[in-house]
Amino acid sequence: MSLNRADIEAIARLARLSLREEEVPALVDGLSRILGLVAQLDAADTRGIEPMAHPLPGLAQRLRADVVTETDQHERYQANAPRVEGGLYLVPKVIE
Amino acid sequence: MSLHRRTIAELARGLRAKEYSSVELTQSLLARIAAAQPALNAFITVTGEEALAAAVAADRRLATGDAGPLTGLPIAHKDIFCTEGVLTTCGSRMLGNFRAPYDATVVAKLRAAGTVMLGKTNMDEFAMGSSNETSFFGAVKNPWNPRRVPGGSSGGSAAAVAARLVPGASATDTGGSIRQPAALCGVTGLKPTYGRVSRYGMIAFASSLDQAGTLTASAEDAALLLTAMSGFDPLDSTSVDLPVPDYTAVLERPLTGLRVGLLKEFFDKGLQRDVEEPLRAALAVYGKLGARLTEVSLPNLPLSVPTYYVVAPAECSSNLARFDGVRFGHRCEDPRDLTDLYERSRGEGFGAEVKRRIMTGTYVLSAGYYDAYYLKAQRVRQLIAGDFTRAFTQVDVLVGPTTPTPAFELGAKTADPVTMYLNDIYTIGANLAGLPAMSIPCGFADGLPVGLQLIGPHFAEERLLNAAHLYQRETDWHRRMPGAYA
Amino acid sequence: MMEWETVIGLEIHAQLATKSKIFSGSATAYGAPPNAQANLVDLGYPGVLPVLNREAVRMAVKFGLAIEAEVARRSVFARKNYFYPDLPKGYQISQYELPVVAKGHLDIVLEDGTHKRIGITRAHLEEDAGKSLHEGLPGLTGIDLNRAGTPLLEIVSEPDLRSAKEAVAYMKKVHTLVRYLEICDGNMQEGSFRCDANVSVRRRGAEKFGTRAEIKNLNSFRFVEKAINHEVARQIELLESGGQVVQETRLYDPDRGETRSMRSKEEANDYRYFPDPDLLPLELDEAFIAGVRGELPELPDQKAARFASQYGLSAYDAGVLTASRELGDFYEAVVREVPAEAKLAANWVMGDLAARLNAENLEITGSRLSPIRLAGLLMRLADGTISGKIAKDLFELMWTTGRDADALIGEKGLRQITDTGAIERAIEEVMAKNPGQLADYRAGKDRLLGFFVGQVMKATGGKANPAQLNELLKKKLAG
Repeated sequence: MSLNRADIEAIARLARLSLREEEVPALVDGLSRILGLVAQLDAADTRGIEPMAHPLPGLAQRLRADVVTETDQHERYQANAPRVEGGLYLVPKVIE
Repeated sequence: MSLHRRTIAELARGLRAKEYSSVELTQSLLARIAAAQPALNAFITVTGEEALAAAVAADRRLATGDAGPLTGLPIAHKDIFCTEGVLTTCGSRMLGNFRAPYDATVVAKLRAAGTVMLGKTNMDEFAMGSSNETSFFGAVKNPWNPRRVPGGSSGGSAAAVAARLVPGASATDTGGSIRQPAALCGVTGLKPTYGRVSRYGMIAFASSLDQAGTLTASAEDAALLLTAMSGFDPLDSTSVDLPVPDYTAVLERPLTGLRVGLLKEFFDKGLQRDVEEPLRAALAVYGKLGARLTEVSLPNLPLSVPTYYVVAPAECSSNLARFDGVRFGHRCEDPRDLTDLYERSRGEGFGAEVKRRIMTGTYVLSAGYYDAYYLKAQRVRQLIAGDFTRAFTQVDVLVGPTTPTPAFELGAKTADPVTMYLNDIYTIGANLAGLPAMSIPCGFADGLPVGLQLIGPHFAEERLLNAAHLYQRETDWHRRMPGAYA
Repeated sequence: MMEWETVIGLEIHAQLATKSKIFSGSATAYGAPPNAQANLVDLGYPGVLPVLNREAVRMAVKFGLAIEAEVARRSVFARKNYFYPDLPKGYQISQYELPVVAKGHLDIVLEDGTHKRIGITRAHLEEDAGKSLHEGLPGLTGIDLNRAGTPLLEIVSEPDLRSAKEAVAYMKKVHTLVRYLEICDGNMQEGSFRCDANVSVRRRGAEKFGTRAEIKNLNSFRFVEKAINHEVARQIELLESGGQVVQETRLYDPDRGETRSMRSKEEANDYRYFPDPDLLPLELDEAFIAGVRGELPELPDQKAARFASQYGLSAYDAGVLTASRELGDFYEAVVREVPAEAKLAANWVMGDLAARLNAENLEITGSRLSPIRLAGLLMRLADGTISGKIAKDLFELMWTTGRDADALIGEKGLRQITDTGAIERAIEEVMAKNPGQLADYRAGKDRLLGFFVGQVMKATGGKANPAQLNELLKKKLAG
């Protein structure tokens, strides 16, 4: 499986990654090689095999009691934020 | 006094016997870190002041007899673990200024056990790499040979322990990120069973594969750290609620009758001849210790690498979506609009390997490819896990090489991602199946360390540590230090 | 118009009334200062992990049992990946292939009184997103993540609805149910209960569905009706003029009364769902489900049927009185005091009381007349102490003063006059005062009877027993 430039640009858009011009050919090549590696999987006979989403078999989700444990710490958490005002995170205007 | 040559177990005895204080020990290691930093670049952040304050507190507890087995012991944390108030970069420009507002459970547990954090170790960006060359903060060098890589992604932790800058360090392993650098740096690496150690506060790469563990000079030290850091965590849904044994308790149990399986698929043509020799010698040691050696075949294991390079990128593409320049992390200058904010912040904040994996993962999950790639890989993962389950009905421990070659030269494998990925060919299987595994030093090839890998069934850490410890009683490979740092 | 058939499916989002969020210990209360209720998990901080809230699961199961659905013994949380500033992690944790509830149904009553069964494909648990605020920030959008992580139950209907009115009836039915079950406060203004409508049209008799448009975020019954009607008209007009409906997301603009395309949501609709590796499969055992079943209250349909048979009410009245659990409780509290007057109680609760509540924009729980007070009034009306007319005045008096019926009857002398002699005396006085009208009546102007009734009532302060008055008056007037 080999990808072309348009594929790479479409994937980058979906992943919200800007690419510098020189990165594009490297990704075309890199991803094509990786998909070539992955193509080895085609040889495996997986008929009737359940997909494995989790490494430990037989475990189920634990449930938490419905208790409020958190207090307002927004100032502390927003110390890492690039841009805030009045407790709000700011982004360029979202148009719907 | 050469404190740095001592293991954690030895240092703990010395602290208790008041041969030296935690402050003295901390100071001497901080000096070693500072001296080695220009050559090795093993640390991203050194927390000298905090360390000394913690050492003072530890000495007080040691004085009053209110000390645990690790009180006052200096360690380092891989920079993937969140540390409250301390820079936590994950080796990325994206988190170049990120101060975590909380401690990872691993950090909190080791702090509660009395350890003194000296700093945060360098790593491949977001733990994606096998050579430590993808770090935004520059490559780490192998203490055995500065032109060689230390392995990755926990290259900083492994190099720091190998150069005896710290007696032990935390690390994480998603596809070999503890064991591969352990092998390449000649130290002891332990990746526990998935779910044994909490993932809370460990910045996620691939959630179904990531597991925290240790890099130390000995198996005994690994047992000491694991006892302190593992256990059920209500904050991690995938953490397992099983009691934590004292992993040091059964280290000396004789290996008579232990069924050791040689992984047939690992002794393949990819394995470099001079790496195989020390491995064969190590197996002879196990024979002498009373173990019964047999060969075991896991036919689907050669599909580990392609399986991993679907599963891990898929999870990573989603896990790293939160880095969007809005709430934390790098944000581009003057975004034109929302899309520009996202694309440039992420494009600038992530390095080439991280982008490649995000792109791969985005692709394999996208409409029309999910079944062919993601589901297919999840099915092959099931086959691989099944192979291990069957093998462990015949043997107690599987053994083989950790890596096909010793440490390679910096820059040797950066051109082709697949060549780099194949370096993890022997380590990925344990991650896919969630199994505990170790790498221990077993000799040298061309002056560079070689690692022996031990893999056990789920939650068989005690058995692995026992087997590793008795080997280390018989051999002194784990005591060898790189000349420049001995 | 007649040759087109409308096909609608609703995706209702009900915020579950848990104290804490679905995956974190943050509060879910409405109206907190921006980001005061967003913790590290809600903010999607590096390294944090979700842990599922038991109560959210219990509530979803409760809903599943109430709609006679299949409750999955094993369901799976998945990640729905897309970038949006109100979605902190870059993915929403939802359920995709294996939802917790599947294959249920609800019955709605159509305008002609017939019942129609609406299929409910599934109901799944997911987390709500935050809110984007645009006011007062020129060129910028402010993000408040307090709502992020609030548990949602997304209730997806089959495309069984054939008109905006049916859609509204169905949505109201779900609204009633979730409030009965106490799993959602139903507050539509605060966004606790909202829906997306999938709307398409097809030629009557056609088997295939037409291309649908999804109208997002409708948060009132009125908007649902208006938006669907507008969208149906738009699609028919488009098709009749030779155009084609595009599958897309549209937004209803209540100010302009129309829907418009939301291009921004269109670009990134490759959601790349996959099982969330941070969460294990949700497995529910029989004991858990039985426990929830044991807590199910009497459901609206059951209650309505019981009201009809137990209290002799019409299906319509029973339906009105069970529209909310609180209203049904109020009614039954009244009937407990006056068991013989169930029908009278129904008339008053649905009549004067409802009108008063409506005028003051109050819910039944805000009634200033308690069930016992109202029963006190009905008792006096039933035993003839007061007349129907006086009862209405007394109701107003009780509402404003907050006092009980008997006290006010005594104090204000509202007791009805049943003494024949007294009524006769009043009639005679009125006849004496109005000789002209009397003569006209006797000359055949029958409709003057009303005039005389009014005059006598006035003279008695409205207290004369109306039946007695009528009888005596007719006799006297006849001469």
